[in-house]
Amino acid sequence: MSGDRARIDYALRLGDDALVLGQRLGEWCGHAPMLEVDLGLANIALDLIGQAQHFLAHAGALEGHGRDADKLAFRRDVLDFKNCLLVEQPNGDFAQTIARQALFSTWHELMLQRLQGSSDTAIAAVAQKAVKEVAYHASFAREWVVRLGDGTAESRQRMVDGLDWMWRFVDELFAMDLVDQAMAEAGVGVDKSTLRPEWDHLIDAMLAEATLERPAPRRGVMGGREGRHSEHLGHMLSEMQFLQRAYPDAVW
Amino acid sequence: MTIPLRQQVFEVLKDVPDPEIPAVSVVDLGIVRGVDEQAPAVRITPTYTGCPATLAIEAAIRVALDQAGLQGVGIETELTPPWTTDWISDEGREKLRAYGIAPPPKGEGRGSLKAEAAAECPRCGSTNTEELSRFGSTPCKALWRCKSCAEPFDRFKCH
Repeated sequence: MSGDRARIDYALRLGDDALVLGQRLGEWCGHAPMLEVDLGLANIALDLIGQAQHFLAHAGALEGHGRDADKLAFRRDVLDFKNCLLVEQPNGDFAQTIARQALFSTWHELMLQRLQGSSDTAIAAVAQKAVKEVAYHASFAREWVVRLGDGTAESRQRMVDGLDWMWRFVDELFAMDLVDQAMAEAGVGVDKSTLRPEWDHLIDAMLAEATLERPAPRRGVMGGREGRHSEHLGHMLSEMQFLQRAYPDAVW
Repeated sequence: MTIPLRQQVFEVLKDVPDPEIPAVSVVDLGIVRGVDEQAPAVRITPTYTGCPATLAIEAAIRVALDQAGLQGVGIETELTPPWTTDWISDEGREKLRAYGIAPPPKGEGRGSLKAEAAAECPRCGSTNTEELSRFGSTPCKALWRCKSCAEPFDRFKCH
């Protein structure tokens, strides 16, 4: 694999994780259990979409075919999306959304901390800004896991179910393929496998505070980084991309 | 005598309000980084990555420069070094407080969200306050409440 292709893919992965999760969280707008949470989820979505804009613009510039962030977001087909499977999972109830957010943001914060030192100056610049935003996302989500887990019998059961649904997508966050290895060696990316002990520690501390057990280990589901997605992503994109598909190049 | 371009630009931009918090200018907030006299261009930086005001700010700066006869001055966006709340000027902090938004502490609290000191109520000055929500009406603000005067208020997030 050429270094150029790997670097484009790497930027797309970072951008797509943020874009897809941002879009998912946007689905909560106006539907969250309370106003403060509604604002919180919309704010997190906004941060993520801002990060996606920067990463996708960088990928488009590296690619050199004149595709900007909007083209990459709205005119790519589902098989060309490189996000991890975790972020595309449906919102479910509030607990399921919080489970996804806690698992992802905890990983995301560790990733961005490392990426601040990327040899790719564009990636490093976005990471330096985004890491501060994502610290808020991680703390927001982990606090809600504690509240729901250590809450009523109902909230606890929902939190258990939410974590149970999301847990099979965790291993993919730390998996290293050829793109990841090439980028880690070039100093652009991160050896994600080295993030696992710290992630485990943070998640275990959260679960202990929430009086919850760690979900039983299971075989991790992978494929998102290569474009093999769950059925859910296509449905999400059909809504997200509708306007630009129906009215190409429409602008405000 | 010609006034240096940098001075001209800052003179114009100190009156360009932030679209979300019109009490402070884009200069007060530290969004305007400097002027590249060669290009020539004014260098600006976004506050939050996803702040929807970023485009509105750029448009407002464009209009202000054009109206001041500085059509030839471009606008360049830079991300590094990343903006932090320490870029907000002391004058900007006072304007925020007067507007009812608790300004962020300088150089503190970053790195540990839990270690953030209690905000000072911008109305009565009490520090007997509590955070209601870490996410407020814009990406840069959190929602707080004063337990002394019972008024809710926004706090500029330390960032």
